[in-house]
Amino acid sequence: MDKFSLKIMCPDHVFFEGDATMVEFTTTQGDVGIYAKHIPMVNVIAPGKLTIHCEDGSVKNCALHSGFSEILQDKVTILADSCEHSDEIDIARAKEAKERAEKRLSQRDGVDIARAELALRRALVRLNVAGNK
Amino acid sequence: MASMKEIKRRRAAIQSTAQITKAMKLVATVKLQKARAKADASKPYFTVMYQTIASMLEKSENIAHKYLKKNDAGKTGVLVVTGNRGLAGGYNNVVSRQVISEFKSNETLIYAVGKKGRDALLHKGFEVEGDFSEIVEEPLYKDAADITKVLLDDYESGKLSEIYVIYTNFKNTVVHDPVLLKLLPLSKEDLLQPETVENDGPKALMNYSPNEDEVLDAIIPKYISSVIYGGLMQSVASENGARMTAMDSATSNAEELIDKLGLQYNRARQGAITQELTEIVAGANAIE
Repeated sequence: MDKFSLKIMCPDHVFFEGDATMVEFTTTQGDVGIYAKHIPMVNVIAPGKLTIHCEDGSVKNCALHSGFSEILQDKVTILADSCEHSDEIDIARAKEAKERAEKRLSQRDGVDIARAELALRRALVRLNVAGNK
Repeated sequence: MASMKEIKRRRAAIQSTAQITKAMKLVATVKLQKARAKADASKPYFTVMYQTIASMLEKSENIAHKYLKKNDAGKTGVLVVTGNRGLAGGYNNVVSRQVISEFKSNETLIYAVGKKGRDALLHKGFEVEGDFSEIVEEPLYKDAADITKVLLDDYESGKLSEIYVIYTNFKNTVVHDPVLLKLLPLSKEDLLQPETVENDGPKALMNYSPNEDEVLDAIIPKYISSVIYGGLMQSVASENGARMTAMDSATSNAEELIDKLGLQYNRARQGAITQELTEIVAGANAIE
């Protein structure tokens, strides 16, 4: 299978750099899977699961929270606000965040709903990725 | 000539000051190394961010996006990055002085990061609209994103017509210059060019999903966050570099003074001994 070079960058470090055969993530338009020789494209990323299919057939699961991706024929660059490997995720913390966000959403008085919803989605993504190790 | 006791006391005082400045220098050196590593680590992200946004702006000259056109009413917002603490040579002063010379106090709203700059500008009659001084010790990307949100909200509500940021760029341990940069409205000329731009030839025609407007909506705030984050990192490195140099020269000045006072003390002691001897001899002579 054709491979392409994948680079995932966070503001304070390079998260992943190497060859991949496919990468899957969530955009604001829905889930996408990118193979090599994709048309050039810029996507806005929504919180979701990031799956990297490496050349040797291994698969890496990560949680990806907001950012954008630049896709060129043989190169994909993802600029992420934050990105975590599945084994880096603190499940207890994510659960706490989920409960907190749900509580805020149920009160619905004077809280920043958009922010609470985003926090809830982030927590759910984290739990989802960590659960599917 | 000062008495022996006085000289001794002064020498001890300077010695303890030298100890403090020496310790501060060591602390600044360690912090500088950490801050430099972090500043370097933030560069690749910014470089790619720059390339993406530059190529987008090139093609979207005709787009009437809210972040690309100027607000007519409103004041100029300036994000001023300085330190919370002094004893760093000219580090804090240079930044505040540039703000004072470039902006008029009645048409400007200051968003301060760092107590020193905030206080200096308040003193000069500037209005301080936001204060984020507590984050300057160890800035995170999240802090930069929070600041960006405040700035963009004020920009969209029409409170601000333009947004600038001023921070200190770290070239090396002794050279750091203040940099004034326009964040909004964004135009191609005002983009902060990173030191290394990979030029991989003419770019293929890019598609934007879902459309250019929405991509710009999402990317411009991230670009601004990354500029602010980079600026904070550079400033922290510069502050510690400036403090290190300042404390180094303070220590060597103190050591020079200690040497001088040591000489004076010995001379005074010798003088006292000579005088005593003369008195004894004179006394013995008088008895004879």
